[in-house]
Amino acid sequence: MTAAELLPVTVGAVLVNNIVLSRILGTCPFLGVSKKLKTALGMGSAVTLVMAISSFATSVLFHLLLAHPFTAGPLKGLDLSFAKTLVFIVVIASLVQIVEILMQKFSKGLYQALGIYLPLITTNCAVLGAAELNASSGRSVLLSTIYGFCSGLGFALALLLFASIREKLELSRIPRIFQGASIALITAGILAMAFMGFAGLVK
Amino acid sequence: MSMLLAAGLVVGAIGLVLGCAIGLAVLFFSVKSDDRIEKIASLLPGANCGGCGFAGCGDFARAIVEENADPSKCVACTAESAARIGEVLGRAVAAREKMVAVVYCSGDQFHAVRCAEYNGLSDCRAAASYAGGGKGCRYGCVGMGTCARNCPFGAIEVRNGRAVVHPELCTGCGKCVSLCPRKLIHLVPADSKAHIYCNSLEKGAVKRKLCNAGCLGCKKCVRAFPDLFIATGGLVRAVNPAALDKTMLEKISCPVHVLHLVEEDFPCTGCEKGSGEKADGKGEEK
Repeated sequence: MTAAELLPVTVGAVLVNNIVLSRILGTCPFLGVSKKLKTALGMGSAVTLVMAISSFATSVLFHLLLAHPFTAGPLKGLDLSFAKTLVFIVVIASLVQIVEILMQKFSKGLYQALGIYLPLITTNCAVLGAAELNASSGRSVLLSTIYGFCSGLGFALALLLFASIREKLELSRIPRIFQGASIALITAGILAMAFMGFAGLVK
Repeated sequence: MSMLLAAGLVVGAIGLVLGCAIGLAVLFFSVKSDDRIEKIASLLPGANCGGCGFAGCGDFARAIVEENADPSKCVACTAESAARIGEVLGRAVAAREKMVAVVYCSGDQFHAVRCAEYNGLSDCRAAASYAGGGKGCRYGCVGMGTCARNCPFGAIEVRNGRAVVHPELCTGCGKCVSLCPRKLIHLVPADSKAHIYCNSLEKGAVKRKLCNAGCLGCKKCVRAFPDLFIATGGLVRAVNPAALDKTMLEKISCPVHVLHLVEEDFPCTGCEKGSGEKADGKGEEK
């Protein structure tokens, strides 16, 4: 693996094509769980974990079943690539359930820190989006996993930035018509514009 | 058609495998939690006020079951739900005296003199640490509603620049007590009838300049009922606020009306009576 391959999936996923601020995926938790820095940190780490695991699983499944038509067996010639969204969502949802059960059993501390966020992201569009992007760009399993992890980091970065801005906004004087959701959306837009500054850093 | 059927079968098979995987995971790795915890959590008020000393109602429910914590530590539970928690646990739950918060200040915008225009963060703690807000009195309610915003039960209201507690909503969790930078809010027994609504330790004459609803320390009440009031410097407190009643208060007739019944505190009485002279007259003088 060369640096030319690695850069777009690391720096590219975190900064240039940030999953929230430039691909506009996963805006629901981005706006919903960003009122406090502490919960944003929990949500960000949960998403990073889930994205890495689900990117790995969906990528393995994609290369095994979906990427090419079946070459042998009774289903020879069957091309399942049209059903990838459906398969991905089922895989991600059940995977998160299993991770939650295992976490509760083996790591109480991790479960208390991340457990409440896990059901929230079972069918999050950022997680699904990372899987779809991996599939459509035909990345290998290793690169897909790295991409999923880095997209999660990008999500966490955006969420933490936004949460710290919103904590400051709580204390500032905002004209009444802009209070609440509208100032949050305006801030998110400005933050997205700021991230446009990274465009062209890596291809 | 056969293509579609085959695709359906493959996706269905994936779903079946994953479903079985979840089933196996539940079978082998699920953690059994005591179902009493959930029952007790649903009986607790759910306000997560932290008055019990645990991190929210869920954590308190877990502590009641697993660590034998005392359910009566919950100050917001009604007697009925406390009894039902006792049923779930199979042990008796001691009753506790119901407490409510009270703000020992009468200095709303009609009574307290403003000596400055405070323009900073609208938060009592910020104002108190900076210059004390706009009011002249260094002991009274800052009136920016830090207590009201943080009350989990919505029992505090800022009215005319002074916080007032609605006793029927207050559960006595004590969150506001620790928040108030002036230490004005106290927990008192819920059957209290009347209080002296002032907390200033200044001398009567100094207080009079800053607020016309400050306890003057004239000790009229102490002379009338020596057992029920205690004077410390320029401030008098009721020793047993539950023993007071309306006729006693009429007999005392507090000259500044700072000793009044709990129900008269809200809506505040005397706002109209004499709202003219103090705020404008003395405010300009300063």
